[in-house]
Amino acid sequence: MRIKKVFSLKIGGCAGQGVKSLGLLFSKCLLHLGYKTYSYIEYPSLIKGGHNVVQISVSQNQPTGPTTKTDFLVALNRDTLDKHLGELEEGAGVLLDLGEKENTLKVSHKVKFFGIPLANISGEKYPVSNVIALGALVALFGGELTILNGEIEKEYRHEKSMAENLKAAKLGFDFIKKNYPKESAILNPLESLTESPDKILDGNEAVSLGAISAGLEFASIYPMSPISGIIHFLASHQKTHNYIYKQPEDEISAINMAIGASFAGARSLVATSGGGFCLMTEGFGLAGITETPLVVIEGMRGAPATGLATFSEQGDLSFVLNAHQGDFPRIVLAAGDIREAFDLTRKAFNLADKYQTPVVVLLDKNICDNSQSISLPNSPYTIDRGKLTTDRVENYKRYILSKDGISTRTLPGSGNFFIANSEEHNEFGYSSEDSGNRISQMEKRMLKLETCAKKDMAPPTLYGSKNAELTIVSWGSCKGSILQALKDFNNVNFLHLMWLNPFPAKEVETILSQARYIIAIEGNYSAQMARLIREKTGIEIKDKFLKYDGRPFFVEDITDKIHRVLKDIKNG
Amino acid sequence: MDDESLTTPYFPTWCPGCGNFSLWSAFKNACIKEHWDNSNTVLVAGIGCHGHILNFIKLTSFETLHGRPIPVATGIKTVNPLLNVFVFTGDGDCLGEGGNHFLHACRRNEDLTVIIHNNGVYALTTGQTSPTSPKGYKSKSTPAGNTDAPLNPLALAITTGATLVAREYAGNIENLTSLIIKANNHKGLAIIEVLQPCITFNKRFTHSFFRENCCRLDPDFNTANKQKAYTKSLEFGIKKMPLGIFYEV
Repeated sequence: MRIKKVFSLKIGGCAGQGVKSLGLLFSKCLLHLGYKTYSYIEYPSLIKGGHNVVQISVSQNQPTGPTTKTDFLVALNRDTLDKHLGELEEGAGVLLDLGEKENTLKVSHKVKFFGIPLANISGEKYPVSNVIALGALVALFGGELTILNGEIEKEYRHEKSMAENLKAAKLGFDFIKKNYPKESAILNPLESLTESPDKILDGNEAVSLGAISAGLEFASIYPMSPISGIIHFLASHQKTHNYIYKQPEDEISAINMAIGASFAGARSLVATSGGGFCLMTEGFGLAGITETPLVVIEGMRGAPATGLATFSEQGDLSFVLNAHQGDFPRIVLAAGDIREAFDLTRKAFNLADKYQTPVVVLLDKNICDNSQSISLPNSPYTIDRGKLTTDRVENYKRYILSKDGISTRTLPGSGNFFIANSEEHNEFGYSSEDSGNRISQMEKRMLKLETCAKKDMAPPTLYGSKNAELTIVSWGSCKGSILQALKDFNNVNFLHLMWLNPFPAKEVETILSQARYIIAIEGNYSAQMARLIREKTGIEIKDKFLKYDGRPFFVEDITDKIHRVLKDIKNG
Repeated sequence: MDDESLTTPYFPTWCPGCGNFSLWSAFKNACIKEHWDNSNTVLVAGIGCHGHILNFIKLTSFETLHGRPIPVATGIKTVNPLLNVFVFTGDGDCLGEGGNHFLHACRRNEDLTVIIHNNGVYALTTGQTSPTSPKGYKSKSTPAGNTDAPLNPLALAITTGATLVAREYAGNIENLTSLIIKANNHKGLAIIEVLQPCITFNKRFTHSFFRENCCRLDPDFNTANKQKAYTKSLEFGIKKMPLGIFYEV
C-alpha cells in the first residue's frame, strides 16, 4: 500500500458500537508504533443509533487537522460503507464484516477489502465487535498483540469486561494473521515502544489538566455538549488534586456558585457552550462589577438555540465579546488547538486573579472533542494571585482607586470589611449613586483592561514567511487544518489570533497592511473575526472563506481555496 | 462587640415603619450575642428592599443579582465551611426570580441560613403582585385582582428537603433573634420565613393584621414529623398564621 505523508484512517459505525473507543485505543497503539495522530470525531446527538465516525490522521510528524480523503476505512456497519466508500483513495483498504463484501464492489477504483466476521466471529454480537476490529487493525498495521493487550488492560479495569475484550482482540488479530498471512503491513511500524512519551489527549482533557495544574479549587459545570468531558475529567480527580466539582441546577447557578467560591478565595472555573453562556451572561457582568476573578470556558457548537448540538461552529465570538449590558473589562482568549487549550486555561487563572475580572477561553467543538498525540506538557507555571491580602488592613478599601485600576483584594473571614456589590459602589463597596464616584469606579474598572494590554497581552503569531503572496487570518480550531495545508506552500503565511479582548490591534494592523492578499477563514456565517479586525484596525478583509455546516475546515478545503486564490492572483 | 461596631455610615433608607427595621435589629442583636464579626461571618443578599440591609450592617457581604443570593452563598460555604453564611432574600427574589435555586438548595440541604423577607409584594419596583401575594390581591400589576395562587415557601421547603423550617413575624424581635441563632447552629439548610408588612404598597398585610392573625405553634408540636409539619405549613388564614419552628431534623 502507498505510504503517504499523512495517512488517513476512518472508522464508522452507529452510536453505541464503540466507534470512539476503537479510535482512541487504536490511536494509543499507533503511539507504540512510533506514529503521531490527530483524530476528528463526528457524531449525532444520540445515545444509540445514528452514524458516528472517527477520522484519524497518522504521520511520522504530528498531523494537525482532519482530512476528507481516506486511505483505510473500518466499517462497523453497512451505513459506513454507503456513506464513505466514495472518499476512498486509489488503493485504499477496507475492513468490513464478511457478510457485506459482495455488495461493495461498486467502487470504481482499486480498493482492497478485508472481510472479517465482526458480528459473529465469537458467536457474540457487539459491544465487542469494535474490539474484534481493533485486533484486526493492529494485525494489519504490523503491531503486536501484546501492545493492544496492554492498552485494553489499562482501559477496561473490570475483570469480566477486560477478559471479554482481550478475547475479542485476539479473535480479530488471529483472524487476519490466519486469513491474510501474505499481506504486508498497511503502515510499517516506525518503532516498537513499550511506553510512548506521548499521550492521546482531547481538548476537554487538556482544559481540565490545565485547570488542575493552575491550582483549580472550585468548578461548577452544568452538562452540555461539547464540554461535558470537562465534567467527567474533573469530577473523577477531585480527591487526588484537592478541588471541588459541584453540579449546579443550571448555568445561572453554576456561574453564581463559582463567583461565590471565588469571592471566598477559591480559584474557580465554569465551562459551558453558547446556550449555557446565554444563561451565564447575567453572572458574567456580576463578576465584572464586583471584580471577582473567574475563568469561563466556552466550547462553541452550532447555534442558535439548540442548533447543531454535537457539531462545531465559531459563531459565539461577537456574543462573548459583547455579552451583558453596559461596559466592564473582560478578557477573551481563543485556543487554536489542544496545546493552546491547556496553556490558555492556565494563563486564564492568573489573568483572572491579576485583573480581578472574568476571563473567557473560547474553544470550539473541534478542540473539545478531537484528540491528538501530545507529550504531556510540563512547562513551568507559577500561580499568581495578584494583589491579594488576608492580613488586617487599617481602613481597608476594597475598590480603592489606583494607577493601574487594580485594588488589593481580600477575603471574607480576614477581618477586613467590604461589600462585593452588584450595584455601583464606592471604594468600600457601599452602594453609591453619586455621579463622581460612578465615573471614577467605571474608569478604574476599565483601566484594568488597558493595564492588561500593556503588561500581559501577547502579540498574534505569524506562521510562515513574512514576505508571502497570500496571508490567511484565522482563529480557533481552523489553525490545525491551515498549518497542515501550509506545508504544501512556501508563499502563503498565516496570522493566528488568540487575544480577542484586549485586541493586539497594532500588530494585526502592521501585518495585514503589508499583506498582498488576505483571506479570512472562520467557522461562522457572518465573519465575526473579520468584523472585529475591521472594528479594531479599519482594515476590511474582502475575501472571507466561511463554513457554517457544523463540520471543520478539512485540510483539503484550505488547500483548494489557496490554489484557487493563487491561480486568480496569477491570472490578475 | 456592640451595636456601634456593626454600624455603617448609612442609616436605613426603608420607609418608616417597614418590617425590615425590626428584622435588622433582630439580626444585629444575634450578631452581638454570638460574636459574629468580619473574621467569621458573611452576609449575602439579593435585590429588593431587603438587599439594602447589607449597607447597614458592617459585616463583609455580597450583594448579588436579583434571585441569585442562594447560589452565591452556596459557593462561599462550599469552599469555606468555617464561615457563618446568611442569605437575605425576598419573596420575589427567592420564590420568583430565584425559585429554581431555592428548590435545589433545599434538595441539597446546603448548610446555610436563608431569611425570606416576605411582604407579599414587589415593593422596590413600587408595588406589583409577587409569588406570595394572595389570590384576588389588587396591585399595580393586577388591578382586577391576582388570579394566581400564592406559593407557600414553608410547604415547599419541607417537601424538598430543608431540615429546619420556621416562620416568624418581623415585629417579634426577640423571638427572631433566637431563631436566627438557632438556624445558624443548625447543620443543614435553615429556612426562616419572616412575615413583614410593606407599609407603602401592601395595605392588606399590615402590622396590626399580623398581630391579630398570627398565632404561636403549640409548644408540644412535634417538629420531627415531616407529614405533620407539612400539614401544619398549609394552615394560613384569618386568626391562623402559625409562628415558630415547623420542622427540624
